[in-house]
Parts: sequence; C-alpha cells; structure tokens
Amino acid sequence: MSTEHLIVALPPHERSSVSISRIMWAVVLALVPTTVAGVFFYGIRPLVLTLVAVAFAVAVEHLVVRYLFRRETTSITDGSAVVTGMLLAFNVPASLPFWQIALGAVVAVGVGKMAFGGIGNNPFNPALVGRAFLLISFPVDMTTWPVPGAARLSLDLSAVTGATPLALVKDVGSAGLGQVDLPSYLDLFLGNIGGCIGEASALAVIIGGLFLVWRGFIPWQLPLVYLAGLAVVTGVAWVVNPGIYVDPLYHVLAGGAMLAAWFMVTDMTTSPMSLTGRIVFAGSAGVLTGVIRLFGGFPEGASYSILIMNALVPVIDRHIRPRTFGHGKSGGAA
Amino acid sequence: MQKLKTFSIGGVHPPENKLTDHMAIRDLPPPPQVAIPVSQHIGKPGQLQVERGTTVRVGTLLAKADGFISAAVHSSVSGTVKKIDSVIDSQGHRRQAVIIAVEGDEWEEGIDTSPELLEDISLDRGAIVTRIAEAGIVGAGGATFPTAVKFSIPEGRTIDTLIINGVECEPYLTADHRLMLENADELIVGTRLLMQAAGVARAFIGIESNKPDAIELLQERIRLKAGEGKIPEGFISVLALQQRYPQGGEKQLIQAATGREVPSGKLPLDVHCVVSNVSTTIAVYQAMQKNRPFVDRIVTVTGKALVAAGGGANLRVRIGTPLGAVIEAAGGVPDGTGKIIMGGPMTGRSVTSLEVPITKGSGGVIMIDRSEARRYAVGHCIRCSRCVGGCPMGLEPYLLEKLVQKERYEEAEALSIMDCIECGSCSYSCPANRPLLDWIRLGKGKVGELRRARMRGTT
Amino acid sequence: MSQIILFSVLTLGSVAAVFATILYVIAQRFAVEEDPRLSEVAEMLPGINCGACGFPGCPGMAQALVEGADQGDISHLNCPPGGTEVMATIGGYFGLETGSAKETVAVLRCGGSCEHAPARSEYDGPRSCVIAHGTFAGESGCPFGCLGHGDCEVVCPFDAITMNSETGLPEVDQQLCTSCGACVRACPRKLFQIRPVGRRDRRVWINCRSTEPAVLARKNCAVACIACGKCKTTCDSIVQAITIENNLAYIDHDKCISCGKCVTVCPTKAIAATFEPPQPKPKPAAAEPAAT
Repeated sequence: MSTEHLIVALPPHERSSVSISRIMWAVVLALVPTTVAGVFFYGIRPLVLTLVAVAFAVAVEHLVVRYLFRRETTSITDGSAVVTGMLLAFNVPASLPFWQIALGAVVAVGVGKMAFGGIGNNPFNPALVGRAFLLISFPVDMTTWPVPGAARLSLDLSAVTGATPLALVKDVGSAGLGQVDLPSYLDLFLGNIGGCIGEASALAVIIGGLFLVWRGFIPWQLPLVYLAGLAVVTGVAWVVNPGIYVDPLYHVLAGGAMLAAWFMVTDMTTSPMSLTGRIVFAGSAGVLTGVIRLFGGFPEGASYSILIMNALVPVIDRHIRPRTFGHGKSGGAA
Repeated sequence: MQKLKTFSIGGVHPPENKLTDHMAIRDLPPPPQVAIPVSQHIGKPGQLQVERGTTVRVGTLLAKADGFISAAVHSSVSGTVKKIDSVIDSQGHRRQAVIIAVEGDEWEEGIDTSPELLEDISLDRGAIVTRIAEAGIVGAGGATFPTAVKFSIPEGRTIDTLIINGVECEPYLTADHRLMLENADELIVGTRLLMQAAGVARAFIGIESNKPDAIELLQERIRLKAGEGKIPEGFISVLALQQRYPQGGEKQLIQAATGREVPSGKLPLDVHCVVSNVSTTIAVYQAMQKNRPFVDRIVTVTGKALVAAGGGANLRVRIGTPLGAVIEAAGGVPDGTGKIIMGGPMTGRSVTSLEVPITKGSGGVIMIDRSEARRYAVGHCIRCSRCVGGCPMGLEPYLLEKLVQKERYEEAEALSIMDCIECGSCSYSCPANRPLLDWIRLGKGKVGELRRARMRGTT
Repeated sequence: MSQIILFSVLTLGSVAAVFATILYVIAQRFAVEEDPRLSEVAEMLPGINCGACGFPGCPGMAQALVEGADQGDISHLNCPPGGTEVMATIGGYFGLETGSAKETVAVLRCGGSCEHAPARSEYDGPRSCVIAHGTFAGESGCPFGCLGHGDCEVVCPFDAITMNSETGLPEVDQQLCTSCGACVRACPRKLFQIRPVGRRDRRVWINCRSTEPAVLARKNCAVACIACGKCKTTCDSIVQAITIENNLAYIDHDKCISCGKCVTVCPTKAIAATFEPPQPKPKPAAAEPAAT
C-alpha cells in the first residue's frame, strides 16, 4: 500500500453528522403533522396551497442562486426554501387565491432571504416577511377565514367563512365577552377552529416541535418562554378585567402563537446566538405578541412581534454574550 | 447511582470508536533504526550530550534539559549514534534528531526492567521532582509540558488536590484505558508519588463512564490497598465522569472534579490543583521505583478498516520508532487509507510521511479511509449557534472566525480568543462544516504576536 | 382639500426653514480650519490608499508631505504606486526636491511549480496560504516554497498578481505592479521581494528560498537552489553580486549587471531572468515564472 498523497488537514478530523440539510429536512418532517391537521380540518386545499408555496419558494431560490449569484451549484437541496414555503403557507387562510400565495412565496424567498445573500444572511424570518407582505397587499383575502369542515375535496372554500378565535375576542367592547360564543379549549387544542392553516391545531404543532427538541435541533426553553411571555401579559389583562379580556390559556392555544413558539421563535438564522440571548428574544417576542393582541390594531400579533424582535437580534447579540469559562466572579481574571 | 460529574459549559459527544479497548498491550521490539528528536516537549530543546559514533544503551542520556522549561531526552535503544541529523515531524518540517542504529537491547545499569511491583516510597518531595526531571518525563497526554515544572510548586503557593487524568475523551484512543487495566497497581503507586511531590492528601482519578472496567478495577485496588494499610482511607478516590468531550482538557477536568474554575490566563496552580495524565503517572512510577527514564510509551494503532481486517493494537513503542514500523506491527496500512493521524481525531495532526518518529506525546495512530478522510463542502453560517453551545470555554467561534478573516485581531482578543483550548468542538459541531478552529488558531497566533509586540513596546 | 395642501406645505416649509437656519449657524460656528494644501496634495496622489508609503492611506501621506514641506524637506517621502511622476508633481507644487525613487517591481522567489515540485500530499482546508502554512510544510514537502493558495492575488490592490492554474504559482504583471508591498506582507513564506526593474527591464534573481541542504531541497523540488556555488564562481570574476549563505545563493541587485551568465551555469535552473540568457551551451532557458 502506498502512502502517497495522504490528505493533510488541521484537527479536528472528526465531523458531526448533523448538517444544514439534515436540520432543515427535520424541520420539514416536523411540519408534516400540521399539514395533516390542515387537510383534516379544511380539506384538500391547504395541501395544494402548501405545495404551490413550496414550489415557488424553491424555484426562486434556485433561479437566484444560479443566475444572480452565478454559482455553479444550487442550494435548494438544503431544504431551507422548502421550510420557508411551508411556514408561509401555514400562515395564510386556506382560502387564499393561489396566485397570491405564489407571489407571497416569491417575496418571502426573493426579498426576505436572497436579497440579503441567501441562507444564513437574512435578518428577518423569510416566511414572516412573505406573510407581512400578503397581509398588507391583500388584507381582505388574508382575513377571510374558511370554517373547518366546510369542504373536503373542493378547491373553493369561499362559500362558508367565519371569524378566528382571536378576532372573536378582539374589541368586544362594553358588552363584554359574555355575548360572544367562544370555541371550547378542546377545539382550540385540536384545531377545530377557523384560522390560518398552521394555526388550527395546537396539538399537531406541539408534536412536530417536540420532535425537533428530541433531535436536539431547538432548545426546549424557547417555546416555553415565548408562551410564558404571552401568558403573563394576557394574564395580567385578564386578572384586571376578565369581562373583556379572555384568559391566557385561550391566548396560548388560539391563533398563531403555537406555530410561532415552536417554528418561528426557534428559527436559527434570525435569533440570537447565545442561549440566554435566545431566551430573552423568545420572552420579549411573547410579551410583544400579547401586547399587540390586546392593544394593537390586529387581532393576531405573533408574526409582527417576531419580526420586531428579529430587528433587535444584533443588539441582543452584542449585549448578551455566553458566559466565558474562567471569567466568572470567582475568577478575578486579568 | 448518583448523577455523574462533568464540566459545566459546552461540550460535544463524538462517536467513541474505541475499537481497540479489548486488546492487551504488546511490546514492540526496537526497530533497526530510531530517530529521536532532541525536542519532544514544550519549551527549550535539550542540550546534546552525544555525537556521531557514541555507543549508547537504553536509558543513556542523549540531551539534557536546558533551562527551567525543558526536558531531558534518553536513548530508547542500544546501539551506535549514526548521525545527528534532522527527521521529518508530523507537519513535514525538519527537526534535529539523534539517529541511532540499533544493536541488541542492552539497558543502562541500575534500570530495573523486571515486572515486580515496588510500593515503598523512599524519596522525599524534592528528590521526586528532581528524579522526574532527570527521567525526562513530560505530559504524555499530548501537551508534552515538562512534568517536573508542573510539580515544582513555587514558594508560598499550595496545592490541595491532585487529579489523575484517565478520561481519554478523544475518540479511538485506548492507550490510557489499557494502562489503567493492566498497570492499576503501578498507577496507584505513581499517584502516591505525585501526591508526595505536590504535598497533597487528596487525589482523584478521573475516568469517563465508558470505561466501567477500569473504574471498577481501580476502586477495588484502592480499597485493597487501604485495607492493607498502605494508603489512608479517602486518600485516593476514583471519580466516574459523564462522557463528554473535551473532559480531558485540564481546565474542564479540574472543574468536573472540584467545581473550581481556572481563571482566564491562569494555571491550575491558581486553584490549588495539579493534573497529571495516566501514562505520565506510570512513567513517574517507573522513574522513581525502577530508575527507568521515559524511553517508551503506549500507542494505540487503530482505524475502522484496520480493525475490520483483524489489525489494530495497543503497543509499547520505543520513542523514535518510525511510524511505518508501528503501523506494520499492527497490521499495516489498509488499502484505501487517505489520512493518517498521529494523536486523537479531535486534536491530532495528520502526517504526510511514515518516517515520522513516535515521540513522548504521541498516544495514537489512526488510519482513516479515503472516503471518510476529506472534510465536507463548506456552507454558509446559518447562525444555528451549535458552535457557541459546544464551546467548552464559552466563546463565540462563529464570531471569532469572522473577526480573524477580517484581520480584526484586537476585537478577537477582547472576545477572549486566547482562552480557546483548540479542542475542536466548534468545527466538529458546525452543520455548515466551516473550518472555525483553523481560523481561530490563526487568530491566536496573530494575537500572540500582537501581545509580544506590546510587551516589547512597554519595556 | 386645497386647504390641506396649503397647511402641509406651510408646516413642512417652516420646519425646513428652521432646521436649515440651525444647520447653517452650526456649520459656520463649528467649521474646522483645514490646511488647503492637504486636499490639494491628496488630490495629486493616486487615491488608492494602499499604504505602501507607510502612512494610513493617501490623506495620511498628504499630511506627512505638508508637514515635511513645512520643515523644508520631503525627499524621504515616496509614493511607490505614483512613482517618480507623482512625486515630481508634488515636488513642483512645494518647490522642493523629491527623493529619487527607483522603479521597482515585486518578484516571486520560488520556481516550485506543479511540474517541478509535484504534490506528494493533499491539503484539505480553507483556501488560504496562512492557514496552509500553519498546517504543514506544503504539498510538495518543501517548507519554503509557494503554497499556491493565492493570498497574494487576493491582497494585491492593483490586480497585478494572478495565479497561474497550470504552474500553481502567482504571476506578477510588471505594468500593473506598483511595488506597494502588500504581497510581501501577505505571503507567509516571504517569497516576494521588491526589486529594481533593472535596466531595460532586465533582472535576475535566485528563484528559490529553500535553506534546506541540497539533497533534501532537491528531493522536494527539481529547481531548488542547492548552493553549489557555480553562479558565485561565475559572478565573482565579473561583479561579485552573488553571496551564498545558509545553503542559498542571493543576488545583490545593486551590483548585478543582468548579464545572465549565472542563469546559464545554474545546474538546477534555480535562477530566473526576465530575458533570454546567453547560451554558450545548447541549453534551454531557465524556468521563467514571472511575467513581464
């Protein structure tokens, strides 16, 4: 055996088997239960809508990498565009016209991600950028919610629409909550409610999120801290005036809070680097979500709160650093 | 069973691949020729004591320590000095070495090569340190810091804990594991000697829980010795540690064992600890009780293809034996080998030549198949923070990499780049396969230069 | 409707007027007096901020020039990229003598191309010479030779250096090179040297930096200097420009007359020249890595 042309490299020679694509495809897998729940409650249309979003997200990523960045390779195999497409689809009503979701996907990946240089460089969560764009551009379509079980196999869900659980409790006015017919906690938990595709079932989201925690891809503290932040703010309001403010459990289960807690707050690129920083980030986003829900113009605040916190990530990273070994109080280091 | 101790920040868990842990240590006879580098330690190279044509025996002094941080080098074979020349080191550079043509295997008089265990300690504190220096003992775990310097405790400083490092957290390596199993009694005597040298009444032998046989055996032997009245109860205890890389790092091990944190830029001495590797401790036993200098060491020769083909070994190798001879004795280089690593896979160096000699710090030889030898394609940082989470020193490798690439060394220094212990956890855990440590290592060099320039400026 | 427009225009207009007044007052009160010569001299410099003059960019150089002019001497200052032309202009501006800068160019001192110093191992790491240098001796085994990762190409502010993919060595474009010295600082093996361009662009240099003994040097590279002394013997009878130290010859460019005889006698073709050397024996010219 010849030992010519041995490979020389600096240590470490061992590499972990966890790669970017492995993380991203795990997230895709974790989103499958939510897709299933969407199909179960709103019929076949959410699935088609998700596929359209994914297809356009992937296509934009591929075209930008090949023809704008002029790279020989493509980056679509890493799965990050698929994740963005899915998350975007989960943040819109199942009845949204296909051309709108396609446009949203183009904006999400094209403006939200590739404009900053592609994977790893985007300051804002691309899916939320896409959603914010859609919400501003098509406010009516983005706030028309099909009711669960309206149609199973039809692609037209516009016949029967209803309000989301959060819209029900928004600005109930002096009459109070008593006159509103609220869905039960069980319906909220399972997803038998109106809303975005991914907002429906808290259970499905938790299953996917727990999978990611088990694989070690997201820290378990983040979703809990986010939801705790939300619960604290809404809880205070509820204690002060239970007549017009609904209780925190309702807030945690309703709307996009669950999806945000497990899949948006935990997004790696757009959150701080140290664990402490990420916890601060998650907690602040939770508080902001509650504030927007209670006092803001929109019934739902999950996406805007996270976008706002995304903008603050560099500040958090600068001021909250990991504890360095040997620099502690006992240290007295030079 | 209580929760196992470990260090508090970061850490990773690479696949263990301890393929050779069941293979008993074999003696590798001296090769026809050895090349013994004059400098095998951190610090000043030794002063040559031989010249071309000098007849040497095993244990003959080749180079004596020059200055405080230096170490003696002894002949590991008997024969004639062929020439004082250079030999290629693991990085392909030439280093001064004594080339000896081997004839027979004669040892210097006074060296006891019998396997008999000598337990009675007759030397006092100062004499032990002097003997350690004379025997040329250096940290055999890989750092190769002269052991005598470590145990020369300055006036007014106190040590209360000795930690014997039997962690062997590097994947593949099993040399220390085998030593603990086969030379448990010698290890205990060596530990007592080092305790005497450091003046302490408490010693831990830190072992990771993936070596339950070693933990059990040492516990049993210590109980037995205590029962015989040879050592006081609680004098030496075995500390089972949770598996986590880099637990064998001095600072990490001290924290795991005692909860004390060595402050940045300080030494274990500053938290009243001293750490010694298992191989080193046994070398100390041999130097004190058997008058035997550091002339050989245990080398794990391993690799997936090698062990699958029935090869692999833990060998007792004479210092200066060329790598090729060591590999040959363990089954030869398997076909398709793409990389040969000297040391562990996390911190060892890949070599370009089989002429590289085994030195006091080489604990392993690992052969990696070409299909697994290359690094993966480098991607963009996705800010996943796995490097931050994995860093046992609590640094931010992703940021340090960028700062070094942009030559912003002062900022890197402010972010404690010099605290990096080069364990490789960051590069290991990066899902984008970024060469984080490559850049950080470069940055440490540059910051070191800056600091030296500053020192010159102030004096 | 028109009222709304009127009000908006009025409010915004008055706000603008107030701020404009404040800005004007501040600009007047806190204006920094600047020597007008500074900007004028800076204007004459090339404006590429390469730092070759030893000052932080062209403004730094302008400052030094003005200070020097105040003391009546700027002959110690030189702008390598601008060359004599720029310095003459500046000298004329101040009415002072400028230093007579020699025309110089960066020269690579390694002939270890892929052909002459074949790779015997494979480097696997970032494409960076400094990191490769810290990793090992090099793919060919020569610890002095070019590593071929192009740190010099990246660092050159004038795009004067390009890596030749065939030889694996960098090539300097004499026309573009301004001898700013960036490559000299960037190369971890100190392979670049700034040498005078020589009369009629004829220059000769030892194309090797290896101080290894002959046998080892030749093992790694076919065109290594083996310090045999033939060039020195030849040169000693002419101008004594060659010295040998540490197993390596060196040509003093101040003494060298670029006759090229050493190039012809070198047995390992370790001496490079920018011209065809004299050929008493039918032998091909030395390996020629530097473009002219």
